[in-house]
Amino acid sequence: MLRALGILCLGLAGAFGLHLVVSNAVPPYPALIVNMCGISIILAISLNVINGLTGQFSLGHAGFMAIGAYVSAYFTTTLRYFDPDAARYISEAPLFDGLWGFPPALLAGGIAAALAGLIVGIPTLRLKGDYLAIATLGFGEIVSILLSNFRAVGGTKGLTSIPGYADTFWIYGSAATCLILTGFLQRSTFGRALIAVRENELAAEVMGINAARMKITAFVYGAFFAGVAGGLFGHLMLTISPANFGYMKSVEVVVMLVLGGLGSSTGAVVGALILTVLPEALRDVERQVELSGFRMALYALLLVVMMLFRPQGIFGQRELSLKLLRRLLPSRDKPGRQP
Amino acid sequence: MTSLLETRGLTMRFGGLTAVDDCNLGIREGELFGLIGPNGAGKTTVFNMLTGVYTPSQGSVSFAGRDLRGLGPVRVARLGVSRTFQNIRLFDELSVLENAMTGAHQHAHCRLFDSLLRTGRHHREEARQREIAYRLLAFLGLEDRAGLPARSLPYGHRRKLEIARALATQPRLLCLDEPAAGMNSGEKAELAGLIRRIRDELKVTVLLIEHDMRLVLGICERIQVLDYGKTIALGTPREVQQDRKVIEAYLGAEA
Repeated sequence: MLRALGILCLGLAGAFGLHLVVSNAVPPYPALIVNMCGISIILAISLNVINGLTGQFSLGHAGFMAIGAYVSAYFTTTLRYFDPDAARYISEAPLFDGLWGFPPALLAGGIAAALAGLIVGIPTLRLKGDYLAIATLGFGEIVSILLSNFRAVGGTKGLTSIPGYADTFWIYGSAATCLILTGFLQRSTFGRALIAVRENELAAEVMGINAARMKITAFVYGAFFAGVAGGLFGHLMLTISPANFGYMKSVEVVVMLVLGGLGSSTGAVVGALILTVLPEALRDVERQVELSGFRMALYALLLVVMMLFRPQGIFGQRELSLKLLRRLLPSRDKPGRQP
Repeated sequence: MTSLLETRGLTMRFGGLTAVDDCNLGIREGELFGLIGPNGAGKTTVFNMLTGVYTPSQGSVSFAGRDLRGLGPVRVARLGVSRTFQNIRLFDELSVLENAMTGAHQHAHCRLFDSLLRTGRHHREEARQREIAYRLLAFLGLEDRAGLPARSLPYGHRRKLEIARALATQPRLLCLDEPAAGMNSGEKAELAGLIRRIRDELKVTVLLIEHDMRLVLGICERIQVLDYGKTIALGTPREVQQDRKVIEAYLGAEA
């Protein structure tokens, strides 16, 4: 446990280091992209637990993200002590104000999304494959429609003037925590049980693994971090609206996973990085060829080429680790093939 | 003598087809029991009913005095019935060791929270599962392949790994569904010895479905013969071998 806490602290320290670099030496626009990368990383790793490890096809990740974003933004902007007798707010400032209010607000967003994950997890017990994809897609759309029609959170205009609490430290601290905890999950009896459900559900059940419970666990876990990512997104962009969390957002995260290698957390990180940076990097190319829309066409072409030549994704199901690196690099002390 | 596993009037209908009709089984603790019959006789359907994969249309299954009907595979496994599959169902992307460890998951003494924070309970659980898995891999002669992915194993070893995984659930009754299918005669002889050792050394009662008559007649103490879902004979290997109905079922009736 001490070692685990040490690794987590190391992750947070790394995030802080990155924060120092980004806040001091990186201009605002690239810094925004760096921060968006962190949020994409959290989304991709958490979706990988559902789609990659457990083998459920969820297209509802943007829905969980939206719930987290709205709940945490509601906490930091609107929620105040209310005096019912005088029918007025007691305090002027929101209840979760300032930097100390931010982590609880993020956590609340994550927990709200996890509860939604619990609710969405239940139909997965009866639905498989394409059918589950459609059901989760429907869930995402329902969330976005509900938010559009909910006056208290701004309707289609959404919430505005959210405080910009989400800096590089919070974003990459959350990403590191998500990556480390998911790594621990993968290499535990629960991770093996999730993979067993993916590989062969009947055999898993006959071995006494409760497939229903494992699937719901995956949904709750994945939804929690999607909610946290949503909360970070809101406090980074300063405004959120239902349009930010349409089904294309869910599809984008699925594409990150498939590109990186479905089932690999480190693959998810790489996929998230590529698919967040690439559209921005291609902006310059587009400017040079002076052909509007060229950027997205090239982006799509790259994905098609990737799927043709490496359909299992960059990493396949492998994880990037020191052991793998050592194996890939030629080592000199290995016995050669000379007679 | 009371039975460890007992079925009464077990019947399974799929629409208009009666796959298993009024099957009565009585398997004693510590026994090596064979269930045989020609293709399509309903043997695997019986297994599926015993392990909770199917809920029988009619009849009862009781195991160590408890009614298994309608419990579902997870709870049946927890009570101590484990099985292998005719068409091997390993977790291909997990390693050989991890496959065996999944069998021990159901008795895990740790919660998700323990694993996420790597508490002492998590480490003890990992050690416990690893110990069980290594012991069983060694028992089946697979210990030197522990680190390989299960999908890379040759056929005979895949069968053995399924047995190791099933044993890791620490069952009282192990149901083997055609474990010798696709094996050569040398491998079959080895398997026969292994099944005997499972019963003798691990004290697990074994219910065996098998096509290979020599294997079944050689190791089972009692044999029940199914044909078209009905029991046509029950007895020692010698009795069954001389039963006229059994000979007819396998070779066809005399014209």
